[in-house]
Amino acid sequence: MKTMLTVISNALCRITGKNVGAQTVPEGARVAVTRNFADFTPQVTFDIKKCDLHRLEAGPPVKAELTREQGLQYYRTMQMVRRVELKADQLYKQKIIRGFCHLYDGQEACAAGIEAAISPSDHLITAYRAHGYTYTRGVSIRQILAELTGRKGGVAKGKGGSMHMYAPHFYGGNGIVGAQVPLGAGIALACQYRGNNQVCVTLYGDGAANQGQLFETFNMAALWKLPCVFICENNKYGMGTAVERAAASTDYYKRGDFIPGLRVDGMDVLSVREATRFAADHCRAGKGPIVMELQTYRYHGHSMSDPGVSYRTREEIQEVRSKSDPISLLRERMLSNNMASAEEFKEMDVEIRKEVDDAAQFATSDPEPPLEDLCNHVFSNNPPLDVRGTHPWSKLKSVS
Amino acid sequence: GKAVVGLASRKHQRTSGPVEVTVRDALNQAMDEELERDERVFLMGEEVAQYDGAYKVSRGLWKKYGDKRIIDTPISEMGFAGIAVGAAMAGLRPICEFMTFNFSMQAIDQVINSAAKTYYMSAGLQPVPIVFRGPNGASAGVAAQHSQCFAAWYAHCPGLKVVSPWNSEDAKGLLKSAIRDDNPVVFLENELMYGVPFEMSEDSQSKDFTIPIGKAKIERQGNHVTLVSHSRFVGHCLDAAAVLAKEGIECEVINLRTIRPMDVESIETSVMKTNHLVTVEGGWPQFGVGAEICARVMEGSAFNFLDAPVTRVTGVDIPMPYAKILEDHSLPQVKDIIFSVKKTLNV
Repeated sequence: MKTMLTVISNALCRITGKNVGAQTVPEGARVAVTRNFADFTPQVTFDIKKCDLHRLEAGPPVKAELTREQGLQYYRTMQMVRRVELKADQLYKQKIIRGFCHLYDGQEACAAGIEAAISPSDHLITAYRAHGYTYTRGVSIRQILAELTGRKGGVAKGKGGSMHMYAPHFYGGNGIVGAQVPLGAGIALACQYRGNNQVCVTLYGDGAANQGQLFETFNMAALWKLPCVFICENNKYGMGTAVERAAASTDYYKRGDFIPGLRVDGMDVLSVREATRFAADHCRAGKGPIVMELQTYRYHGHSMSDPGVSYRTREEIQEVRSKSDPISLLRERMLSNNMASAEEFKEMDVEIRKEVDDAAQFATSDPEPPLEDLCNHVFSNNPPLDVRGTHPWSKLKSVS
Repeated sequence: GKAVVGLASRKHQRTSGPVEVTVRDALNQAMDEELERDERVFLMGEEVAQYDGAYKVSRGLWKKYGDKRIIDTPISEMGFAGIAVGAAMAGLRPICEFMTFNFSMQAIDQVINSAAKTYYMSAGLQPVPIVFRGPNGASAGVAAQHSQCFAAWYAHCPGLKVVSPWNSEDAKGLLKSAIRDDNPVVFLENELMYGVPFEMSEDSQSKDFTIPIGKAKIERQGNHVTLVSHSRFVGHCLDAAAVLAKEGIECEVINLRTIRPMDVESIETSVMKTNHLVTVEGGWPQFGVGAEICARVMEGSAFNFLDAPVTRVTGVDIPMPYAKILEDHSLPQVKDIIFSVKKTLNV
């Protein structure tokens, strides 16, 4: 079964153009295989919204090609993120997840679309609403949920929590609003330094868009032509503050001033993909940084401690859900073009739910990290050191 | 090596045998050698490249290594410190210069939250091999906003190493170690020491010469009292020790070299011999380096060997004034150390 999965995975990789072998099929995953493969439309070209442009002569294409396999993959990715976030909601209410928990449901097209446009050797950094990106950058949902529940099987061994998950070429998960933006430009500097043609996608929200350090970063990134794709996920609210109350200019794609920008429909995975590809190409061509604004929406409040209805109406949330849900949008597109069947989607949904339930089961049953691990990982590549405990007789040990 | 007071700094050729090297040149040599040794190392900061460094510490490096390795930044501390940390996360080995550590306050979130804590938060997935360096503490006549000592602030935080060299050998050996260290290191220099020449041993001229971080040095042996200090005030302690020796009081002078992790063992071993301890620092007294030493000595094996409470000699607990007479009286003078030693010894 594993070999067959690898074969199918490699096939998908070839079709989507991603590096064969660079992706592994996550454990427990099953690729939906239909009975009447030949009945479905293998590829459709869709019209996508034209982007608003800033200091750009031309923008991303207004048509996007979607193969059946790509569609199913994007659907799977987005649905997985959706179900993981809803599971996290559930676990939080049961007090199995504690502290901060910032959920991404509604914004899935951003994470899925971006990942579809870049390669695993590119780099990505985001803020604290990071579970979706942690998944798209390759961390298993088991390791994500177990990190949320603070268990040793978590991607950061339970020591980081919701906002501090990392993977190769994924730099978190960052708790301080806006701090990740200079970091992202630094990663881009490393790409330029090494001449490896890689880019760094650096994400931030509409709230962080008003941080001073962003403008310092824009200046240096433009000055040095760093291969940095700055992406503002504008979900219309910075915590409880609507964008109109926080920003003198809500044209976030223009806030880079001398940096070209584009404003993109963040609820359409194809728009996001095309725009990201366009932006990454811009950087790889040595033209310097670019700013992308993704217009998106979060269904949950800012975090689990925010019901999310004191500063916006339930009607507004419901309207977005019914008219602009990214997962529904993709499914409807595929169904109405006979690219897949309703049963297929249903099957995938069932599989995904099961996977998430299994992962949650792991996340709730895995033990917490051992106390011996308390002081470890303070320093890298260092001989063991003594750490003072809560009182002078408590002498703890830290290893790298 | 001993301080050679009053001599102007000279350009030195590397020859066999000890030579005189200013702290500035020692730092320059350290960076030059490490830039040559490892292509991932680079220097960024204000005026480090074409200006040869605000204090000329990076003189000649841009000419030798060019724009890619020596980067002039705009006046954007928070931005460029974050960029440096990001570059370190992506596997380069940046040296991020703050023109003075006073300006690091604008970037302190990047130093602490992005650099210091990340290896721990990621449970070992994401190291941050970065050096933050620059002059720290009081200079001469630069007044309150440009004179603060940040040793205690940075040394408070787990995940950072904090180093404070005194002489040229310290400067060179510790900076090389800091650059080779895979962790964030805050390297606190002292502007008034840049021009001071010290004798450097033949060993210390080797390109592989490093001084381990976390180990103090006994600069002078003595039996009657232990003086513990860091940076410029080590020199003051040695001067005080010379005066006190004439009166038959032999001071053991410890140069901390590293503030965090602090070499408490060296202090304790010395205190168990001398039974008296005086700490000397330029920073403010409250919650400072001396305060930490007091606490550690109290909690450890050396406490029972103390014949008197520990004495702290510190900067005066005020923002730094401008007028020379006031400034001179805001920092520990040699006579303050002598006075404190005698009080501690009850003589």
